[in-house]
Amino acid sequence: MKGDEMNENVHGEELALEKRKMQTIGLNAWFGAKQALKEIDLAIKANRVTAIIGPSGCGKSTLIRCLNRMHELVPSAKTSGKVLLDGKDIYASDVDPVLIRRRVGMVFQKPNPFPTMSIYDNVAAGLKLTGVKKGESLDETVRRSLEQATLWDEVKNDLKKPGTSISGGQQQRLCIARAIALKPEAILMDEPCSALDPIATAKIEELIVSLKRDYTVVIVTHNMQQAARVSDFTAFMYLGQLVEYGDTTCVFENPTSELTEKYITGKFG
Amino acid sequence: MVREQICMIKKLAGDNLFKILTAIVAASAAVILIVNAGTLIGGSLPVLQRFGTYFFTGTTWNPVEGRELFGALPYVMGTLVTSAIALLIGVPISLGIAIFLAEMAPKAMKVPVSYLVELLAAVPSVIYGLWGLFVLRIWMQNYIETPLSTYLGWIPIFSGTPFGLDIFTAGVILAIMIIPTVASVSREVINAVPDSIREGAYSIGATKWEVIRYWVLSYGRSGIFGAVILGLGRAVGETMAVTMVIGNAIGPVAMPTSLFKPGQTMSSLIANGFLESTTPIEKSAYMGVGLILLLVSLLINIGAHIMVTRVLKVKGGAVE
Amino acid sequence: MSASYIFRKFKNSLFFGLCLVCVIIAVVPLLSILYEVIMRGAPQLSLQFLTKSGLEGGIGPAIQGTLILIGLTSLIGIPVGVLSGVYLAEYGNNKYAASMRSINDVLTEFPSIVVGITVFSVIVLGVTGSYSPIAGAVALSFILIPIVARTTEESLKLVPTSVREASLALGVNKWKTTLRVVLPSARAGLVTGTLLAVARIAGETAPLILTILGNSYFFQGFNAPMDALPIRIWTDARQPYAEVQAQGWSAALILILIVLSLNIGVRLASRGRLGR
Repeated sequence: MKGDEMNENVHGEELALEKRKMQTIGLNAWFGAKQALKEIDLAIKANRVTAIIGPSGCGKSTLIRCLNRMHELVPSAKTSGKVLLDGKDIYASDVDPVLIRRRVGMVFQKPNPFPTMSIYDNVAAGLKLTGVKKGESLDETVRRSLEQATLWDEVKNDLKKPGTSISGGQQQRLCIARAIALKPEAILMDEPCSALDPIATAKIEELIVSLKRDYTVVIVTHNMQQAARVSDFTAFMYLGQLVEYGDTTCVFENPTSELTEKYITGKFG
Repeated sequence: MVREQICMIKKLAGDNLFKILTAIVAASAAVILIVNAGTLIGGSLPVLQRFGTYFFTGTTWNPVEGRELFGALPYVMGTLVTSAIALLIGVPISLGIAIFLAEMAPKAMKVPVSYLVELLAAVPSVIYGLWGLFVLRIWMQNYIETPLSTYLGWIPIFSGTPFGLDIFTAGVILAIMIIPTVASVSREVINAVPDSIREGAYSIGATKWEVIRYWVLSYGRSGIFGAVILGLGRAVGETMAVTMVIGNAIGPVAMPTSLFKPGQTMSSLIANGFLESTTPIEKSAYMGVGLILLLVSLLINIGAHIMVTRVLKVKGGAVE
Repeated sequence: MSASYIFRKFKNSLFFGLCLVCVIIAVVPLLSILYEVIMRGAPQLSLQFLTKSGLEGGIGPAIQGTLILIGLTSLIGIPVGVLSGVYLAEYGNNKYAASMRSINDVLTEFPSIVVGITVFSVIVLGVTGSYSPIAGAVALSFILIPIVARTTEESLKLVPTSVREASLALGVNKWKTTLRVVLPSARAGLVTGTLLAVARIAGETAPLILTILGNSYFFQGFNAPMDALPIRIWTDARQPYAEVQAQGWSAALILILIVLSLNIGVRLASRGRLGR
């Protein structure tokens, strides 16, 4: 089976089938006529942080957006191949993307808390959509999500204030809380720190490492040091293809591919 | 040396002349405004001086010489009520169209559909009136007003025997006429909502409709409100279509107490009666109504423009 | 799959269905108007009908009147509007221009009956002493000028500054640059805006009622009432005789043909030029 061949690329830990939270099989993606992803086979391990790195335009954002079917929101977008979540293809014809996005949350490059909603309502938004009513249980969930996103202490007295009234770093943690509130199984992060200052970035990196206890995390980053700091596995992409994938320490200290080595040592990108 | 200087002076003179000439021509805007406002204000003075506040609060309209009495309230109310009906019916439809064009329609449909909606604006008002008088009126009377009157006639606003030439039909025609304006501005507002908001909403598992209802419309609400006010401005100023279907009532009976009563708006009053007026005070009365109409229309339109331009400028490009 | 999820999916389909219904609701009146105007207006059409006067059962005077009005109004209004627009676009970075711009915006939304009252008082009573085509043209110009000024300004603003700079760098005066270089570059937008404005005033009725009154005869000089298509429609519609009402429908058909062909023609022309 094609999926098993991936084990060859992985240094260190073997990726047994049961431990794969998500897996792409022969994933291709297009924007109109331009192909952005070429035959990507990638296994994402449960409760670990997987980083996707590569130079601009390599397709890493496109890849992560295919994992929760956000890619198809662009009018000219197309995909082929499979993306398995717990073994089931999320692109199957009977699958509703709305349900997938509840199970696989996303945090974006530029923090996008809802400006027309309060901090409380931002976190509660996803839950209210599914019919959870106002009350103690909702309050409790909002508090827990904000706590887990290490934002609770900073905003607990300002829950009614608009979601955009806090700093950039806090807004991003609010977005993380918003995603966590739905108790997703995986959290996708598309360059979550690139719009933030170093202190805010450090806080979020700490948060990411703590999140893997409860969630599977996939993070796209153009910052290699960040990938080395927070991730357990790293995938290197170049021009739409998956060049190398494995244990983070192995990929950074002992890359198999020359291309990977060139990128890591800063010779391009 | 001297030749060059003369040439320079000639050039500058030519340029200055042109600038001054066009500047003077541009003053035409002020001239038109002043002539209109001045005529109306001057023409209304007699009736305002003679009847004072009664002109704004009274309902009698009696031009008979010796017993003149002019009160414009029924017509102000008529304008407001027909415009309110136009908004109640027209705004939801316009929003539906705006959402359809901005979020639903496949690329190939956008241009033809939006063009059809624009064509609605190209039809002259008097032709709307003609169609309203002979076609819409029958349809309204048979399929809407008579059933409403039969089953709900005990409610005051549905009282009276419906003949189709009334406030309700006038409101419906106005609703159709404001659709192009409200729909196209709303569509622009919706398109100006940043995609980051939509993405955030999708990412927490919202359906497409939920994204629009709870986030897009919410973000764009002040712009949409501006579009509604623009539509209101159009409805208030509309003359011919309304005149031909509103039933031409005068005096206290023109107060819009029921949808099925014949009524009168400020503009239809003038269109129907100005030419028949005989005495100067009667003409002044019509001018007074025209002045109120102008002021109401100006207030609404200036307010709308401020709102819409502010929203589109800030949210459409600069900030995000 | 929970009940609330199914309900959400249902709402999704329901509301998008409603949006489609809204589009249909808006298009139906347009189609109905076109249908009725053709069905009720076409039977009366004949060369005789179009060229004879009212007494001989035709709407010739109305067509003639509309054409005269379009001509006179364009004569007065287009130069004034275009030159205003030129000033606002080329010299318009000051408070005076900003005020004129705002006033123009306001004027485009003036209730047209008000314009009728004004021109009636000023021209019919003051200048000509009677209903007159000139009064009608002035009233329509009051509506046309702000629109043309606006569209001219916007078209001129679309011309890139590099075009002006190139001409000025060659030593050409500003006014020559404007007239010979900038205006021609903006020709497409100018023509479009002007034609659409003309289509709009061709259909205006309220100002005409108070300024040209209407007439069964052909043009009777500049000091007499005149007929026009919108007035014909307005008058005939309110007569109790079916033949006269039918005449009104025919006048409406001609008017709509003029207005729509101007509109559609302008759209088609600009589409072709821009290659959209």
